Amino acid sequence: MAVTHDAAHAEHELTFIQKYIFSQDHKIIGIQYLLTSLLMAVIGGTLAMLIRMQLGWPGTKWGLASMLFPGGFQGGQMKPDFYLTVVTMHGTIMIFFVLTTVLSGGFGNFLIPLQIGARDMAFPWLNMVSYWLLVPSIVVLLASFFVAGGAAGGGWTAYPPLSAIPGAAPGSGLGQTLWLISLAILIVALLFGSLNYITTIFQMRARGLSLMRLPLTIWGLFVTAILMLLSFPVLFAAAIMLLFDRLAGTSFFVPTGVVVGGQLLSHTGGNPLLWQHLFWFLGHPEVYVLILPAMGMVSDIIAANGRKPIFGYQFMVGSICAIGILSFLVWGHHMYTSGMHPLVGTAFMATTLAIAIPSAVKTFNWLASLWRARIYFTSAMLFAIGFVSLFVTGGLTGIFLAQPPVDIHFQDTFFVVAHFHFVMASASLFGVFGGLYFWFPKMFGRMMNERLGRIHFWLTFVGIYATFFPMHFLGFGGMMRRVYSIQLYQHLRDLQPLNVFVSLAAFGLGLAQLIFMYNFLYSLFRGPKAERNPWRATTLEWQAPSPPPHGNWGHHLPEVHRWAYDYSVPGAAEDYTPQTVPAAPVPAHGSAPHGGSG
Amino acid sequence: MPNGHTSISERRTGLLLAIVILSLTLLGVGMSVAARTRWWLPPVASVHGLETDRLFYITLAITGAVFVLVHVLLGLLVWRYSAHGEGRAFYWHDHRPLELTYTIIPAIVMAVMVSASGVVWTKIHSAPPADALTVDVRGEQFAWLARYPGPDGAFGRIDPRQIGRDNALGLDPGDSSAADDITSRDIHLVVNRPVRVRIRARDVLHSFFVAEFRVKQDAVPGMTVEIWFTPTREGEYELACAELCGVGHYIMKGKVKVESQQAFDAWLAQQKPALKPQ
Repeated sequence: MAVTHDAAHAEHELTFIQKYIFSQDHKIIGIQYLLTSLLMAVIGGTLAMLIRMQLGWPGTKWGLASMLFPGGFQGGQMKPDFYLTVVTMHGTIMIFFVLTTVLSGGFGNFLIPLQIGARDMAFPWLNMVSYWLLVPSIVVLLASFFVAGGAAGGGWTAYPPLSAIPGAAPGSGLGQTLWLISLAILIVALLFGSLNYITTIFQMRARGLSLMRLPLTIWGLFVTAILMLLSFPVLFAAAIMLLFDRLAGTSFFVPTGVVVGGQLLSHTGGNPLLWQHLFWFLGHPEVYVLILPAMGMVSDIIAANGRKPIFGYQFMVGSICAIGILSFLVWGHHMYTSGMHPLVGTAFMATTLAIAIPSAVKTFNWLASLWRARIYFTSAMLFAIGFVSLFVTGGLTGIFLAQPPVDIHFQDTFFVVAHFHFVMASASLFGVFGGLYFWFPKMFGRMMNERLGRIHFWLTFVGIYATFFPMHFLGFGGMMRRVYSIQLYQHLRDLQPLNVFVSLAAFGLGLAQLIFMYNFLYSLFRGPKAERNPWRATTLEWQAPSPPPHGNWGHHLPEVHRWAYDYSVPGAAEDYTPQTVPAAPVPAHGSAPHGGSG
Repeated sequence: MPNGHTSISERRTGLLLAIVILSLTLLGVGMSVAARTRWWLPPVASVHGLETDRLFYITLAITGAVFVLVHVLLGLLVWRYSAHGEGRAFYWHDHRPLELTYTIIPAIVMAVMVSASGVVWTKIHSAPPADALTVDVRGEQFAWLARYPGPDGAFGRIDPRQIGRDNALGLDPGDSSAADDITSRDIHLVVNRPVRVRIRARDVLHSFFVAEFRVKQDAVPGMTVEIWFTPTREGEYELACAELCGVGHYIMKGKVKVESQQAFDAWLAQQKPALKPQ
């Protein structure tokens, strides 16, 4: 197995291409995933700005934007089909090509071997293939902007028959085909990755590192990998079926008697709801794919910066697992008004509201972790605390949507948009930012600028609330998602000032990210050199040099003697005791040295 | 101590963070109160809407309380426990009774919520009353078309092959009960009389959404989904499409007119059958 080979093996000379392009080193692959995702975030974020331009000031002529996107504007005004393309691609890019890839592909690859004391992933070659499948998947996706009819415009959920019938909308042409192909390639990439993460965590932990001594980051990434492995193949199958419906005339999702543009289609016997079931069987676990790694990272950041053990470790692990299991039993809550049988809706309500229980446990455990802590407000810590706030705000609105009678009014309105932008998008993004500020020194051997990091936090935290909180009220009023303009509706016109406010806040939020980009790029080359353990943290990665060499650990693999959260142990010389320190040197003053034995 | 942070700056940042968190909480609550006059649920105009709104308000009260509680705690904790002075953090990481408390209380609240909502949901989807009016509503890119069964009280068969300029709905001329079916772009309903709406789609998904009625139901090609409700206020309402259906999704607006039984009967009597006599 790759991990057991002699460290000297790592010393042999690699060419530049082997080292940085077609690398099999988990750290380089993680950084490749990270940088690619950040690049995609710039595109996805720009698309968000276009959405807010249109919704804030519908009908306005935009000189500059129409020069940048000549195909999407007519006489300076944004075209409705371009608007739908922008909405669809914003969602697709942010969910699949930014948050999924940066958390599992970026942090997962970089952190898993380091935090479990391995030299690399179990299957380094497969890991390389995983990244190099992401690249063509992105190329296909971005190419779709330039084909006739533009990129897909059926929403990130791609509900058929709209997405199945090329004649149903401009974006349902070649753009939709490329969207499906791109997603299918991405799924293969993610599956290779998750196989690797699961195997590595099961098989390659350092001596002494039992499952119940793992940092919560690893627990989050581990359960996420299992969710991906079990749910993404379902979307893969659905995507292939939809491709067949589009290209080969099959009828998985298109029923008999559909008439589009005056033409009776020859499809017979399909069912559009089948796609929704398959899509959300992936789609709901997918939102936990975006939140569980963030929850894990935030827990570790809170412990390290609060100089205090994470509270309720066993309940934290238990709730991660509970959320993982429940995530497979709740997909129908996206379908209360879809025409699915109402009785099934009741069952999905019960499973969905059950998720509030592990979520509450996690929230109050984070609060308890802060009680009598000694908090250092690093940029990472600020984003971790911000995560808790955003997760709670977004999680609570989920309780409205989980109840079918209440959901009737809110389904497909901006209330849903507000809900998932808090709980899944923003919270997950805060996990990413926290993680980047925290592990940047380990990744690149340099420190990020803390002052800029804090300014970035203040603007982003306030910006997120200013952008997404008012959206709840747009939903109250009944403003539908994915509408190009609300001007036609008398009962929605009063909402326009709110839309203007949201757009202005969104632009501010977007601009604030430039501070992060500058800080990231500047620190990459000019940041002060990082020491081995700048945050004085306990977990294994901080025992390796910054950045760690190929093979991570020199000649001797680390050995683990305690759980990941021995901060401020009474009587210990320092206020942190690394996992590698044997149990004996820490004299116990009446209190148990650790509660996380397993 | 991580990386050059001083006690003074930690205290200051902790205080600032607490102020930001508490201000956002206050603004959130304040905005929710202020929004009631202008940016709120449209005035309800259906019987079941009163019950779904009650569930909404109960949920708003519970989640609002938790929102405030968590954020006040978070603000106080970051303010109070910023790194300052001497000493270390408290080495404390487990307290089973405390953890069980915040496991069990949410579990009980959720269980109650499931039962309360389940009852309302079951009622909404119960069998419609016998005296209900029946309307067939079909969505298409990008309009709605309503149909009434005519004097025979029965809807005629639909055959998609018949859809054409003179037969927008695709009524089957071979079916005798289709002959008197009446179609209308506007939907007319009777106040305080239950209505069964049979929702269908011609091409792609649409969704039948009238905000004041608290009604939303997807129109699915190949399926007829039936819902019922009772409008309680006369007037004109906007019917919106709530499911993305293509380029004209945003213009797919219909009109629902709720009127007295007499006005409804008078309107219906003026309508001619959709199929021209052969």
